[in-house]
Amino acid sequence: MATLSFKDFKSDQEVRWCPGCGDHAVLAALQRALPKVSQALNYEKERYVVVSGIGCSSRLPYYMDTYGFHSIHGRATAVATGIKVANPWLTVWQACGDGDALAIGGNHFIHAIRRNVDINIVLFNNQIYGLTKGQYSPTSKFGAITKTSPYGTVEPPFNPGSLVLGAKGTFFARSLDVTLPLTEEIMTAAALHDGCSVMEMLTNCVIFNDGAHKSISDPSFREDRTIVLRHGEKMIFGKNHDKGLVLNGMGLRVVTLGEGGFTEEDVLVHDAHCRNAGIHMMLADMKQPDFPVALGVIRDVKEATYDDGVRDQVKEVTAKSPIRCMDDLLRSGSTWEIK
Amino acid sequence: MRHRVIDVNDVVVRFAGDSGDGMQLTGSLFANTSAIYGNELSTFPDYPAEIRAPHDTVSGVSGFQVHIGNSDVNTPGDYCDLLVVMNPAALMANARWCKRNAMIIADADAFTEAAIRRAGFKTDDPFTELKVDDRTLIVVPITTLTEESLKETGMDIKSVHKCKNMFTLGMACFIYDRPLDYTLNYIEGKFGTKHPEMVAPNQKVLRDGYNYAANLQMVADTYHIAPANLKKGLYRNITGNQATAWGLMAAAEKSGLQLFCGSYPITPATAILEELAIYKSLGVKTMQCEDEISGICTAIGASYAGSLAVTTTSGPGLSLKSEALGLAVMTELPLVVVDVQRAGPSTGIPTKTEQTDLDQALYGRNGECPLPVIAAHSPAHCFDAAFNAAKIALEHMTPVLLLSEGFLGNGSEPWLIPSMSEYPEIKPPFAKALPADGKFKPFERDPETLVPRWALPGQKGFEHRVGGLEKNHDGVLSSDPANHQLMVEERAAKVQKIADFIPELRVDGPESGDLLVVGWGGTLGHILSAVNELRAEGRTVSQAHFDYIFPVPRNTGEVFGRFGKILVCELNCGQFANYLRTLFPQADIIKCNKVQGQPFLVSELKDAITEAL
Repeated sequence: MATLSFKDFKSDQEVRWCPGCGDHAVLAALQRALPKVSQALNYEKERYVVVSGIGCSSRLPYYMDTYGFHSIHGRATAVATGIKVANPWLTVWQACGDGDALAIGGNHFIHAIRRNVDINIVLFNNQIYGLTKGQYSPTSKFGAITKTSPYGTVEPPFNPGSLVLGAKGTFFARSLDVTLPLTEEIMTAAALHDGCSVMEMLTNCVIFNDGAHKSISDPSFREDRTIVLRHGEKMIFGKNHDKGLVLNGMGLRVVTLGEGGFTEEDVLVHDAHCRNAGIHMMLADMKQPDFPVALGVIRDVKEATYDDGVRDQVKEVTAKSPIRCMDDLLRSGSTWEIK
Repeated sequence: MRHRVIDVNDVVVRFAGDSGDGMQLTGSLFANTSAIYGNELSTFPDYPAEIRAPHDTVSGVSGFQVHIGNSDVNTPGDYCDLLVVMNPAALMANARWCKRNAMIIADADAFTEAAIRRAGFKTDDPFTELKVDDRTLIVVPITTLTEESLKETGMDIKSVHKCKNMFTLGMACFIYDRPLDYTLNYIEGKFGTKHPEMVAPNQKVLRDGYNYAANLQMVADTYHIAPANLKKGLYRNITGNQATAWGLMAAAEKSGLQLFCGSYPITPATAILEELAIYKSLGVKTMQCEDEISGICTAIGASYAGSLAVTTTSGPGLSLKSEALGLAVMTELPLVVVDVQRAGPSTGIPTKTEQTDLDQALYGRNGECPLPVIAAHSPAHCFDAAFNAAKIALEHMTPVLLLSEGFLGNGSEPWLIPSMSEYPEIKPPFAKALPADGKFKPFERDPETLVPRWALPGQKGFEHRVGGLEKNHDGVLSSDPANHQLMVEERAAKVQKIADFIPELRVDGPESGDLLVVGWGGTLGHILSAVNELRAEGRTVSQAHFDYIFPVPRNTGEVFGRFGKILVCELNCGQFANYLRTLFPQADIIKCNKVQGQPFLVSELKDAITEAL
């Protein structure tokens, strides 16, 4: 098989996102990740299908030179599920936004996660409705002032990570639009994960929610306000690699190494494969100013997938059943003859 | 005691009781044994939405009507010759369906003062109160007799009471000269594998009921319904929902595709999903989704991936699927959507039948969004209708709406089992070769049929994008005004051209005249009976039935032109009549409508036709 490069995944369509939009970087990361995935798993390009719903980020399939399906608002998860169940050989990627997947499509989203359908969901979270020009979304911060909340919202947001873990998700990772290599890294990990993978991309909307994630993404303090988790590595972060996460009773706590008697020994080692989601949930929930925001692969656990289950059941039942064709079926059971 | 055996052409028997009394089973057993005996038959289960409504109340009454005869049984019958009521509420709900000379069997044990009150009677004499005291009343202690019959078995009283329906079935079998062998064998087949302990008690109670009726002074005459002159061959009973599922499976086999059904439980369509879920050995994949929208969207995804994709639902579910139906029209993917119609609007009366989703099927989407609509006309015809719906969807690359009805889905009839060799191959227009420029164009059309080709993910070199946004023939997004108009017109013309591939409208009776009686869907049996009865009375009536609603058969306008008036009979307020008026403004189209959650009565149709003549 010929080696694929990112150019093989670029379609001839003009990319129509606003200049400076965070979506450009996520697209670039995907186009860079898929050649690596193809190499690792020996996948041909025609094996990929990219599905989306409606919203700015859902234009992504047009920019990928793969099979693509731009469906309707909120329903990408259901369409992707149907594709994967019908033909489990295909590798299905899904692009969706925070309004798309968590508001109108919330039901499909949680059930695909619960079933553990082997699809890779890239959730673009810019905390705003961009394509409809600036209304608050289910991830907008409490009090956010938008066109439909001129006096501030009075509803708390979803944290996509805790939603995914609450729905028994087997894979959850997070990245920033500005950390392209990390995005590429988690996309590759997601592709290698058998089951429903959700990647939350904290993206910026330059027009309607500029600076949504600036409080953590700005390079001048990004390393102090985020922590990149990697399986088997200590949970240490900070520009000077001097801060760590330790268990504190039932919760987590940020400590400075060398202060208060804490040493590197006390810092937690990240176990993404731990079946118990308790610590994963705490990690996914961490937010400023008390905690760094967790990036990287937070959870990656192997469980049976839905699409395999459906396929295997067909095989098992077929092996046992005497009914092999319609003529068998039509003549089975209670019949009588008129002579 | 010697009974007179009277030969009759047909009888209608209605079994009614509390939802837990097993009346659906009793009715089915009576129907099945009659089918095996060689009668023609038609059944009508009439049951409440409540699974177990309060005991002895009218809202909890479950009924099952069977019409058996030696020829021309087209409907479950308007009124019954025998009404079996297991409690006063069943009498209250069903007495009005008795013929003038009907017989009523009632369980005397159930007619307690409390039960009579709970059923809503004002007096202590329900039969007189309902003015059915002039019928042949056989009020006997069925519960006590059943207890007596099984007292040696040591069965608990609850299980004993579950057998009392067999006592009434035995009585009915005696009265209508049904050989018990058929029923006894049927009980063995029904309970044999799963509940072998239930075989002997049920058979004993059945025999005791039969013998009890034989010794009853009140049963003066018995009736014999000779076997019908049916076409030779192997038969089975089939319900409409089962036939729909099997027809879809047959289409999967004939197209060589895997069948995928994404669906959500909804009355009265659920049995299709249940039926499909059994046949994994035929490669069927079913998915019980989180909601109706997911049902259709998973099916659209499966279709894109190359399956024969199906979603099944009823009216409210179809409303939820509207937006996704538009997506299937826009992406030009094959899909079968089955709507087993029920009484609406909104939740309506879920277990009752209606034909009120026609407007929704034809028009219920945003934008210019035409898709073929076809209808099933009898329980067994659901097989062919589903097969044809799938064939059209796959060969013309379009979603197809198949309209069934609660009356058809739950109803059953004997079916001469076909051979799959009688059915045509289904040939989807798969994309096989790339054009000279090496780029697959997903909306380039066959010049004859206007059908685009189907390239499946996994096919090397055919990578392309589909979606809800308007595109040009190349599959590139386009908001160009002229392109939009062109694509809208081409999608519509593609569907209209299906008229070249469906049978012409056939007139039953004289090819021209003053009146053509027209119907669609599940009203066919009632219309045929009404027309046949009028012909027997010396009237001249022509009749035509539409299985294909959109597009209509090519010769429809020409047929209508040969008749003075067109009487359209349907179970709604005139949706098909209005549609036909738009298509054929020159035709004199008049209406006959009913919206009561019940099928037409043959007598109602006869009156309407007579008035129109």
